[in-house]
Amino acid sequence: MTDSPGANAEAGGAHQVRAAAVRGPGGPDAARPRKSARPGILLGGVARAGAIALFALRLVAACGPAFARPTLIVQQIYNAGARSLVIIMLSGLFTGMVLGLQGAYLLARFGSENLLGVAAALSLLRELGPVLTSLLFAGRAGTALTSEIGLMRATDQLTAIEMMAVDPMRYVAAPRFLGGFIAMPLLAAIFNVIGLFGAQLIGVWERGIDPAAFWSQMQSSVVLRDASEGIIKSLVFGFVVTLIAVYEGYHSEPTAEGVGLATTRTVVTASWLTLLLDYMVTAAFM
Amino acid sequence: MARPEPPPAAANGAGPATTSRGSAAESEAVVDAHDVHYSIGGRAIFSGLTLQARRGRITAVMGPSGTGKTTLLRLITAQALPDSGRLLVWGRDVSELRSREVFAMRRRMGMLFQNGALLTDLDVFENVAFPLREHARLTEPLIRDIVLTKLNAVGLRGAAHLMPAELSGGMARRVALARAIVMDPELLIYDEPFVGLDPIALGVILRLIQKMNEALGLTSIVVSHDVKELATIAHDSYLISEGRVVAAGTPQELSGGGSPIVKQFMSGSPDGPVPFHYPAPDIAAQLLEGAGES
Repeated sequence: MTDSPGANAEAGGAHQVRAAAVRGPGGPDAARPRKSARPGILLGGVARAGAIALFALRLVAACGPAFARPTLIVQQIYNAGARSLVIIMLSGLFTGMVLGLQGAYLLARFGSENLLGVAAALSLLRELGPVLTSLLFAGRAGTALTSEIGLMRATDQLTAIEMMAVDPMRYVAAPRFLGGFIAMPLLAAIFNVIGLFGAQLIGVWERGIDPAAFWSQMQSSVVLRDASEGIIKSLVFGFVVTLIAVYEGYHSEPTAEGVGLATTRTVVTASWLTLLLDYMVTAAFM
Repeated sequence: MARPEPPPAAANGAGPATTSRGSAAESEAVVDAHDVHYSIGGRAIFSGLTLQARRGRITAVMGPSGTGKTTLLRLITAQALPDSGRLLVWGRDVSELRSREVFAMRRRMGMLFQNGALLTDLDVFENVAFPLREHARLTEPLIRDIVLTKLNAVGLRGAAHLMPAELSGGMARRVALARAIVMDPELLIYDEPFVGLDPIALGVILRLIQKMNEALGLTSIVVSHDVKELATIAHDSYLISEGRVVAAGTPQELSGGGSPIVKQFMSGSPDGPVPFHYPAPDIAAQLLEGAGES
């Protein structure tokens, strides 16, 4: 099996492979294990991870040419980012409010209510902001990406693009990937800001914590390393979640059931990968 | 079921005889498939397929559902590669083309998909303009003129602002046809262009295929199982069954009969070499078996 001509267009590699060779939109088959092979769970998992890694390489290679179409990227940032704002802001607000309640209750036991600002900021910046944003992003923007690309495959749009001598990796996959990758850290930042506002809302306005202490403690205790951990996490999550969403859509079976299953796989895979990578990045920063 | 022997023309790879309309220029094969074998997952789709589509002519490829007609188009457009045999497009073996050459070849082709395959996030105008924007460095006024001219050719200049979701099936196919010809291709490929169309839309598409072929001097390959419709426009016809060409000639020659499978297909008879029933045990035995269990 071979991959898409578009993927190799730059390399100009010859397509000599014959047996069951598939090109173009069928090309993604190259990155997937054959159904008839029916590998075990472990082998299947390894094959799938390899396929995703190869797809990621092709995607990254297609990102450069995709910048020639900045309008498409901006449109995808809007789709993945702006359209996720409501759920991100609402979730950030309520998460911050819960942090305010729980934090104030817990810190009051030790007479340290004034540290609520620090506790909320560190929780949000280092953990809750990027992780919750990533999970919400997978549910909102990730599923939208997968189903959109999956439907494009099911309705022959990807084949049509390829038949018009345009590489769908560059025209469809790469702009969506870049859009999601750029939008995710921005959404995480907004989540953090709104979350801090929520914590302040409860801590200062309801629990009567001194606002000066709330903010000054935060200012003196939160260091750049805390913020950079959150930024790196949101970048990693943005890369992985968007990659999974685009991959699943691009490789979904061209049926209603296939698109549905691909969408489900996006949420499941992106969610557990978010939590796994969260642990790994956190451990790396310790 | 015994495999019907292909007629000599198909068997020796010469393709159908050139009709009186044929000329020296026309006899040049744009697509030349010889002894092509192709299988998917161990299942043979083609086992020795031989056919030609010649310049300036409308070539019909017919056959029962599931015989690999659309797969043939995938092979011609290099979306898939044959396992063995020779498939030449404009004299080049598609199996030996580099990726850039595949894209260059596709720029000389237009393809009309069964469902139109319009890009759903673009309106009709932008769908037709898409290949121009991607491949031609043209000014916006020139793109506008070309797109409107092509849309006018399919009678949908007034629908330029509509989104694909607002089009009927026939309109979507006409827009797709305008998009397929916007780069002035030399080869136009139609995949089941008549499926699901009402008689009016079908007639419109039929006339457009003929008009495009004559006015633009295209070579056309039409894959369909609508025998009557194809007979009115095709110069050459091939009937595919069980992975190979079982009959070739003009539509009139095919209608004249021949092997049992040709007769069955052309007459639309449920009885013949192509069975109506999927292989199953005897119905009486199966019903009695069920009754015994209950």
